[in-house]
Amino acid sequence: MTNTTPLLSVRDLHVSFKTNDGIVKAVDGVSFDVANGQTMGIVGESGSGKSVMVSAIMRLNFGTDVIVSGQILLNGIDLLALPESEMRQVRGRDIAMIFQDPLSALNPFYTVGYQVAEAYLVHHPKTSKAQVEAIVLNALDKVGIPDARKRMKSYPHEFSGGMRQRIVIAMALINQPKLLIADEPTTALDVTVQAQILELIDSLREENNSAVMLITHDLGVVAETIQQVMVMYAGRTAEYATVQDLFDTPSHPYTQGLLRAVRSFDQSTRGSLVSISGTPPSLINLPEACAFRPRCSQEMGPQSACATQRPELRTIGASQSACHLSADEVSRVQREAFSK
Amino acid sequence: MLIFIARRLLFALALLFAVSAFTYVIFAALPSDPAALTCGKNCRPEVIATNRVRLGYDKPIVVQYGQFLNGIFKGRSYGVSEGVHCPAPSLGYSFRKHQCVTDLITRSLPVTASVALGAFVLWMLIGVGLGTMAALKRGRWPDRLATGFSVVGISLPTFFVGLLAIMVFVIWTGLLPFPRYEGITSNPAKWFMSLILPWFTLAIVSASSYVRLTRNGILEVMNEEFVRLGLAKGLRRRTLIIKYVMRAALLPIVTIAGLDFAALLGGAVITESVFNLPGMGKLSIMAVNDSDLPILVATTLVAAVFIVIANAFVDILYGFLDPRVRLN
Repeated sequence: MTNTTPLLSVRDLHVSFKTNDGIVKAVDGVSFDVANGQTMGIVGESGSGKSVMVSAIMRLNFGTDVIVSGQILLNGIDLLALPESEMRQVRGRDIAMIFQDPLSALNPFYTVGYQVAEAYLVHHPKTSKAQVEAIVLNALDKVGIPDARKRMKSYPHEFSGGMRQRIVIAMALINQPKLLIADEPTTALDVTVQAQILELIDSLREENNSAVMLITHDLGVVAETIQQVMVMYAGRTAEYATVQDLFDTPSHPYTQGLLRAVRSFDQSTRGSLVSISGTPPSLINLPEACAFRPRCSQEMGPQSACATQRPELRTIGASQSACHLSADEVSRVQREAFSK
Repeated sequence: MLIFIARRLLFALALLFAVSAFTYVIFAALPSDPAALTCGKNCRPEVIATNRVRLGYDKPIVVQYGQFLNGIFKGRSYGVSEGVHCPAPSLGYSFRKHQCVTDLITRSLPVTASVALGAFVLWMLIGVGLGTMAALKRGRWPDRLATGFSVVGISLPTFFVGLLAIMVFVIWTGLLPFPRYEGITSNPAKWFMSLILPWFTLAIVSASSYVRLTRNGILEVMNEEFVRLGLAKGLRRRTLIIKYVMRAALLPIVTIAGLDFAALLGGAVITESVFNLPGMGKLSIMAVNDSDLPILVATTLVAAVFIVIANAFVDILYGFLDPRVRLN
């Protein structure tokens, strides 16, 4: 964490959905900071609350059955307290977003040039047509759309998935936002294109000095470009560490499980794949205990703290971890994990 | 785009030809003898035989169809001695009414068109309007009201709504005169007054399904990723709803509306009967009761023509509205 005021500071964020079966706590008390120019990674399984959390940061979940509480401070201003008209100014100008599936993220009825221009015009309404066109061209050039002047007039369906994601990125960066949220930007793309897109995001981040929040469930992606990583489980933070520490000395049993799963995949000689047994818990009526206990490799009894108390984030070794295990136990588990 | 339109029109033309042949053959294949139907119950076989020759029913079906087609393009004379001539687009001759079918249709069609056009405008306004309102206020009272209206509207038969309207507005309150159709050219005010009730009757019944279509369409599109991206860009909610949501949600409705309207032009059978409007539906019903085959062939054909034209029109319109269709 830096000593200056962070760009984004999320404090005790809760996001719940009212459903017929009860209240779903999709995000359950998450806090973190993102500094200027930093890339932060958020990792976790599907349903761990990553996407819901970033939607909440931009206040995209409109609807009355969503309850959001806590603080989301952007340069010290609480976004949750802003009236909708001011929040609208933040969206796309201060914070921009890249979506998971570029095939469905672009409006099929308008040309890409129009849609990119629209992103600029919303926040700069008094720009001349020629100026806007120049800006759009420049943006499309920057993200590597070949022959941009001609392609501006094409519709989204006339582009490949990778190209469409580039267009979404061009749109997101056209106002030089301070924070770019990328919600699994490469999940829907070919493996060959994935690295290109990540490199593109990173180079543009450097150019604009923006901060990036990169959501992914691919730990390989994390290793490439990220400084800080938050591992989420069942709507809570499981572990919060630098990439280096996360990979070298993972403290939370969940993180260890994730890393083991990835490594077993890389070492193809061993044959069998390692997985974390069980499935993520239902987010309705989560007990006030460790949400990961049923799947944890460290079998703690029903009388232990794991079964009765919710683990808070605390410093274990080099990282912050929400685990009841003592530091000694953690390092023992780490050694075991590496010796295998 | 031009090639797309040309190809679509050519296809429509071929379809029209096929439809006309099919219709003609179906009616020719009916067990009833069209010649026997030309004179009453106490008909002598000789008269039937003469009429058969006069109408051309003695010839093979292909020749009959050829004569029918020829009549459409060139006009046709019926009978030998005191023959009647029906000019160019001749769709046949009704021996029951002793009139050219084309004349009957040109008299009925404006009535049906008046009913259909007004009702169509009304029901699109009501249906799409209520549907949009329901979707935007989902789960709250406007939504309940609109969906409630739609359930009631779908459940009520047209004749019931029509009769109820007559009872309330004509008999009980006397707000409107009993509808007696008047041509728009002879008396526009009376024309309008006579059509208010039929318009609303048809509109309420048809709008019901459009409320649902619109509501569900809008709600579905609202969940689309591109709408979320539009919101994330900082677009106003109003802009988002008009430019992003409505545009996409109304597209399928264009198709259904076009076909529904065309079907209506073929005759609003029940509404025309309830309000005693001398339109295509009424003409068809009378022809059925009288077993007047030439009229039935013609009204069926005209209805089919409207559907085919509407289909082609909607397809072409779709090409303009949806860029994804344009390429092919």
